Amino acid sequence: MSKLKMPVRSPSVDMTPMVDLFFLLLTFFMLTTSFRPQEAVQVDTPSSISEKKTPEKNLITLLISKDNKVYFNIDNGADSNSHMRSALLKMIGDYYKISFTPKELKKFETLSSFGVPMAKLKDWINASDQKVRDAMSVEGIPTDSTAVGSELQMWIHFARLTNPDAEAAIKGDFTSDYKVVKKVMDILQDKKINKFDLTTNMEKVEVKAKDIK
Amino acid sequence: MAEIIESGGGKKHGKKGRKSHGTTHVDMTPMVDLACLLLTFFMLTTAFSKPKVMEIVLPDKTVDKNVKPPEVDKDKVLNIIIEDDKAFWYNGMAVPDKITNQMPTLTAADFSKDGIRKVLLLRNKDLFIKMDDFTQEVLKGKIKLPKDSVDKQLKQFKKEDKTGPIVLIKAGENVKYGNLVDIIDEMAICNIARYAIVNISPEEKEMLAKAKALLPPTPAVKPENKK
Repeated sequence: MSKLKMPVRSPSVDMTPMVDLFFLLLTFFMLTTSFRPQEAVQVDTPSSISEKKTPEKNLITLLISKDNKVYFNIDNGADSNSHMRSALLKMIGDYYKISFTPKELKKFETLSSFGVPMAKLKDWINASDQKVRDAMSVEGIPTDSTAVGSELQMWIHFARLTNPDAEAAIKGDFTSDYKVVKKVMDILQDKKINKFDLTTNMEKVEVKAKDIK
Repeated sequence: MAEIIESGGGKKHGKKGRKSHGTTHVDMTPMVDLACLLLTFFMLTTAFSKPKVMEIVLPDKTVDKNVKPPEVDKDKVLNIIIEDDKAFWYNGMAVPDKITNQMPTLTAADFSKDGIRKVLLLRNKDLFIKMDDFTQEVLKGKIKLPKDSVDKQLKQFKKEDKTGPIVLIKAGENVKYGNLVDIIDEMAICNIARYAIVNISPEEKEMLAKAKALLPPTPAVKPENKK
């Protein structure tokens, strides 16, 4: 039996509404998106009921990882022309007698959080890609105080000098030890930063008054 | 109009009997493909919920030795010592009782909603209910105030409050950062007006060791992020 041959007809589907929707969504996502910043370590923050938003600019972030290492991050300042990171690197380089080339300063501006001692910072900046950098960031920034102060102390000190408006936020992993967090808080207090933020996830907690009445 | 146009089709035999002249068909498929691709990209990379922060204020370290620290009513003091994912609490000060000559005993509580929160809520009952009533009335629309004034009023309630406890938060030896945030968060949940993070004293360390010895041995459980 031969099959009945139907005349071949190309289907025509009106895709206009779909395309309209696509463009609408696309515009929405493009406008609302803010890229997740690349962090040197994965940090799982504890949750709180606080609804205060993280400041976007002028923020010193102190990351504390699961294995109690401290990482430092600062943004380039409110104005894109302020180049806070390179100014900071230049200043701290002068202090530790390490000179950075203009190229290295420029490169440092584009990078984010780091956790390497000063001696290795140059290698870290010049590393070929982010994966190499993350692999290098295992030590964290030294917090042990010497006679002149720990490296972390110096970073905070110079960060405040370059950007006096900068606020501090501690972004700790919920399993990190309180002792390390306390150490970081002590350093902040020493540097007269008595008001700072703890980065948390938001959660909702309902407590009803009738439960205790 | 975006249509699927098969190759070789199109203008020659216009669809649905449409005449070939006049309307021009622009093949939109590549553009739609690109839009789809971009849409997927932005949907996947977008970070919806920005992380929130909880603000804490610590006292200035460079205190003048001549300035006396504020006196507190010891009946109002509630001490919370966090250790091993638990909150141990006692009232008053770490001094032997005048009659029994015994140190205060620590009571263990956990971070669940029936744990330390209940202790705090009971102690802070008056202020909590006052603030809760106020927020309820704002929510119901009985009091019409802009959000700023509501926050201000709530702060004012806390400032004026004389009934609530003064909570001293202390950390033991084995404390995770998550627990510290939990306990500060409990302060916010229970509307505690006055609290401070202070160092643990040697007497309290002893009391803590005693209290820990009394606890039934539990397998070490990692603190959980969710309540």
